[in-house]
Amino acid sequence: MTILEKTESLVGRTVERIEDAGLLTGRGRYIDDLPVRQDTAHLAILRSPHGHAEIRTIDTTAALALPGVFAVLTGEDVARLTRSMTVGVKANVECWPMARDRVRYVGEPVALVVAENRYVAEDALDLIEVEYETLAAVIDPEKALAANAPVLHPSLETNLINERSFRYGDPEAAFEAAAHRISIRIAYPRNSCTPIETYGVIAEYDPGEDAYDVTANFQGPFSIHAVISRALNVPGNRMRLRTPPDSGGSFGIKQGVFPYVILAAVAARVAGRPVKWIEDRLEHLTASVSATNRVTTLEAAVTANGRITALSWDQLEDCGAHLRAPEPATLYRMHGNMTGAYAIENVAIRNRVVLTNKTPTGLNRGFGGPQIYLALERLVHKIADELGLDRLDVIRRNLVPADAFPYRTATGGLLDSGDYQAALDRACAEGGLEALRQRRDSARAEGRLYGIGYAAVVEPSVSNMGYITTVLTPDERAKAGPKNGAQAVATVAIDPLGSVTVKVASVPQGQGHRTVLAQVVAERLGLPMQAVYVNTELDTSRDAWSIASGNYASRFAPAVAGAAALAADRIRRRLAAIAAGQLNVTADRVDFKAGKLVDRDNPDNAVSFGRVAAASHWAPGTLPDGTDQTIRETVFWTPEQLQAPTAADGINSSLCHGFIFDFCGVEIDRATGQVRIDSYVTMHDCGRILHPGMVEGQVRGGFAQAVGAALYEEYAYGSDGSFLTGTLADYLIPTVMETPEPVILHHETPSPFTPLGAKGVGEGNCMSTPVCIANAVADALGVEDIRLPLSPSRVSEWLYGEERPPSKPQNAIPVATGASGQRMLTGSGSADVAATRGAVWAMLLDPNTLKAIIPGAHEVRKVTDTHFRAEVTLGIGPVKGRYRADIRLSDMVEPEAVTLSGGTEGALGSGRGMGRITLADTATGTRIAYRYEAAIGGKVASVGGRLLDGAARVVIGQFFQALARHAGGGTPRSVGFLQRLSALFRRRR
Amino acid sequence: MPRMNAARKHPVEFTLNGRTVRAEVENRMLLSDLLRHEIGLTGTHVGCEHGVCGACTVQIDGRPARACLTLAQQVRGSDVRTVEALAPDPAVLSPLQAAFRRHHGLQCGFCTPGILMSLDALLRERPDADREDIREHLSGHLCRCTGYATIVEAALAAAEEQRKEETTNA
Ligand code: FES
Ligand code: FES
Repeated sequence: MTILEKTESLVGRTVERIEDAGLLTGRGRYIDDLPVRQDTAHLAILRSPHGHAEIRTIDTTAALALPGVFAVLTGEDVARLTRSMTVGVKANVECWPMARDRVRYVGEPVALVVAENRYVAEDALDLIEVEYETLAAVIDPEKALAANAPVLHPSLETNLINERSFRYGDPEAAFEAAAHRISIRIAYPRNSCTPIETYGVIAEYDPGEDAYDVTANFQGPFSIHAVISRALNVPGNRMRLRTPPDSGGSFGIKQGVFPYVILAAVAARVAGRPVKWIEDRLEHLTASVSATNRVTTLEAAVTANGRITALSWDQLEDCGAHLRAPEPATLYRMHGNMTGAYAIENVAIRNRVVLTNKTPTGLNRGFGGPQIYLALERLVHKIADELGLDRLDVIRRNLVPADAFPYRTATGGLLDSGDYQAALDRACAEGGLEALRQRRDSARAEGRLYGIGYAAVVEPSVSNMGYITTVLTPDERAKAGPKNGAQAVATVAIDPLGSVTVKVASVPQGQGHRTVLAQVVAERLGLPMQAVYVNTELDTSRDAWSIASGNYASRFAPAVAGAAALAADRIRRRLAAIAAGQLNVTADRVDFKAGKLVDRDNPDNAVSFGRVAAASHWAPGTLPDGTDQTIRETVFWTPEQLQAPTAADGINSSLCHGFIFDFCGVEIDRATGQVRIDSYVTMHDCGRILHPGMVEGQVRGGFAQAVGAALYEEYAYGSDGSFLTGTLADYLIPTVMETPEPVILHHETPSPFTPLGAKGVGEGNCMSTPVCIANAVADALGVEDIRLPLSPSRVSEWLYGEERPPSKPQNAIPVATGASGQRMLTGSGSADVAATRGAVWAMLLDPNTLKAIIPGAHEVRKVTDTHFRAEVTLGIGPVKGRYRADIRLSDMVEPEAVTLSGGTEGALGSGRGMGRITLADTATGTRIAYRYEAAIGGKVASVGGRLLDGAARVVIGQFFQALARHAGGGTPRSVGFLQRLSALFRRRR
Repeated sequence: MPRMNAARKHPVEFTLNGRTVRAEVENRMLLSDLLRHEIGLTGTHVGCEHGVCGACTVQIDGRPARACLTLAQQVRGSDVRTVEALAPDPAVLSPLQAAFRRHHGLQCGFCTPGILMSLDALLRERPDADREDIREHLSGHLCRCTGYATIVEAALAAAEEQRKEETTNA
């Protein structure tokens, strides 16, 4: 491992972090720790259990009547006080933070409660009655385009919300002339970097000024502030947005808190008091934001020796149920670097954005990178394989040459600096590629499954605010006016005692901004780090900020720290001018050292920093002519390289482009399909390194998340839209046991475009690592059609083919996925009771009997003779909830047979089922035989299938046992396994 | 234990970081909520409320326990320690905390209090804990920022230091 230790200056050194003492002693101030006004109430949200349904009625009477409840709001109530959120493309569609007439994803807010505390608020949620009419859901982005697919937004008439095609160079001619055309089709799954702290919002409303004041652990971009203000129908200056001093991680995800800012703000207005909301983990996994899932077809025109002359991209982006700001940005962030680290002159792109019944997507570390590099780097491997070339040679042959920087890509990006060949060669040499190859060969010689993968990527950072307008046509752009730049803001201030405070419009979530800024500013002012105090809380009412503010797109080191350096430089120049008079030298001879301003040629001639620094406060009249104050200097910095898209759709989407080259060795366990990362080497060129320890931390953190994305993590949905990974026991985040230690190498080529020469570094491994591991697994298995995550079950399928039903009966009933994709349960049984058929029949139609025999029933109401409503409480695994069951009787043949069908619905999920009960005379009474099929969806379906199946079977069993008991004893008898199995297969057909 | 019902609050008394505390709570109140929102010690964090992430880990009678899976009433008469009790002095870090700072064992710090409470208990019980022991104990915690390596290094360094200290004191 190379640690680039520099000792001559503060910047570039691994100093201890200023942040840590507080965080280590429990004195962090995260959103849920902040003091609030005494009358603050708590907000809880009722969410849709269905992937797609019409809302028929919402009855909030009982919830409102609960003591301690201050307000209950439905989507209509929210809509009355707000406007639809801005949608980033031209489309006839609205986007509300709470569902109005229709729910479109599991977890979509349907109603909210404001109550004296969270416990009461959640109690009240249980009392809200919502009647849904479920609709067919569409989960697969390709199926969403089918002519007969259910349409999410009727006003749109289609699920395809945006489509654009692009052409750069002459791709048709290049494909025509190509010796080979090689293509790949690949899907990137939904996943999320899931911070350990969830969302939180504290909101207040001042009716006198019609102004909102909101604190949220939002991370930016502050372009979203405009979306919030518009939605709340107030000018920006009446929407004060503040961030807490500490944030428990974000990785892009906390951009997605903004719809809840709107909801909490409206709730505070209606409730007439401040409102606080802290999201819980189930809500976070189900309904915060995630990466987009994307289906990509990528084709390359290739010469005989493996040189790529053209790429043709076809990307189908799934943004979930609503196109929420800043989407479809995930699809466009990489637009300037769609050719990756390669010099490829001709590019064709078709981008389509589709809506499906899944949670709306948003920022997630890597943002667009994992999706494109999974396709591009898999393709490069495939090109080598098909042409019989060495994979590394093909990578080398196509890299942008070292003398070409700054290099203009075909799609308009400007790669700022780099020496990709040198970095790659160093990685191979210092990372031990030769030894790894030998390791692979000897593993294979022993018959083990071992593979090596590579990935070369360009890591963009500091986004151009204009890139997202590439989604508009040049005409639409011309009408809307140009958008570009990346305003970074920093303020350096000096108080009357001469001490220095730094303030930036960025929102750290653990990256150590305060430490780096203290390093940068202290170094420039010749002060010890401790002398500089850094404040990174953001308050839109008081601080200098711009729409580009916030902490995203890896912009801190290149842009924000750079702006702070520029502000410190300006102050330094003025201080030098002031000191020059006092020292009787020219300003260029003034040096800043150890808290003093000294005459460079005569160190004894010195004056203290504090004294010079405070002069602007105490004696402004003494400042030399033409020298401005040194009390406060704010710098807005935007790089000139970030221009709006050209008329030909060329776009320099990011200012900096780091380079990463990774290789890894993986071994696959033949018996279990488990992928083990044997060795991982990652080479980074992130320009100048400001704090080696933090750079390492960023690389390791991103790497661990990328290992999760490659091997374990996916936000999984059933095809009915039910969400299947609602707890951290289902959505598997790597622990220390699953996180290997990468070898981290650096090759520094400073960016010529940033004040400090730094580039972003935090997101790179999220782009390079998933595909590097995928390539290694493909190499180990000789499988081309790789899908993430590379879970043992998936890998086993490639090893052994799809799992077949067991040839011999086993003791458990297998669970099938029904045509609808929900979890299907089937079962049957019988019970002998000592009562006549007529008596049993009467029981089944009597609400009082039903109340006694339905497990957990509080109340059974008879709506009509054949229609009952029941309220039940059931606990399944860790989640206990109240459900409303709707039961209908049909196909009645008195007193022989009846079909019970119905559904249950509650905060935790829904179930539908049907059971046929037959009654037969026996010598001693009646035999009740039953057979049922049930399907379960919603939150309960996400808590772990095994638990659920068992629990449901127990509940259904209890019902019939109770019926038997009620009818006068008798024991239920189970039907043999074969019968159950055959019932199951009938269902499967 | 007296009979409790859901309709009213019940008293609970226990030792928290060396001091006796008394509170009146509903019997469904979680220990994590009692600590954070009733008593106001917000160093114990809540990341999942279903026992997986480990952020809420405190020590109950010396053993690490998930505050989010513990009802406040369950700690009646127990000795509860939270991250606020680790530093010997407000301005001085414990050796474990100092090692975390030196080795960059934290970024956002949200998982950190829980991890510190687990490791503190481990190092007290098993001063000879090695890398594998530490990794095993850490496997009950999720950290999304660090990739864990620096946490393991910090813990190893703290263990080493503690052993040295003990030999010097012996
Ligand atoms: S909050 Fe207790 S384990 Fe996650
Ligand atoms: S430091 Fe952020 S979760 Fe561990």
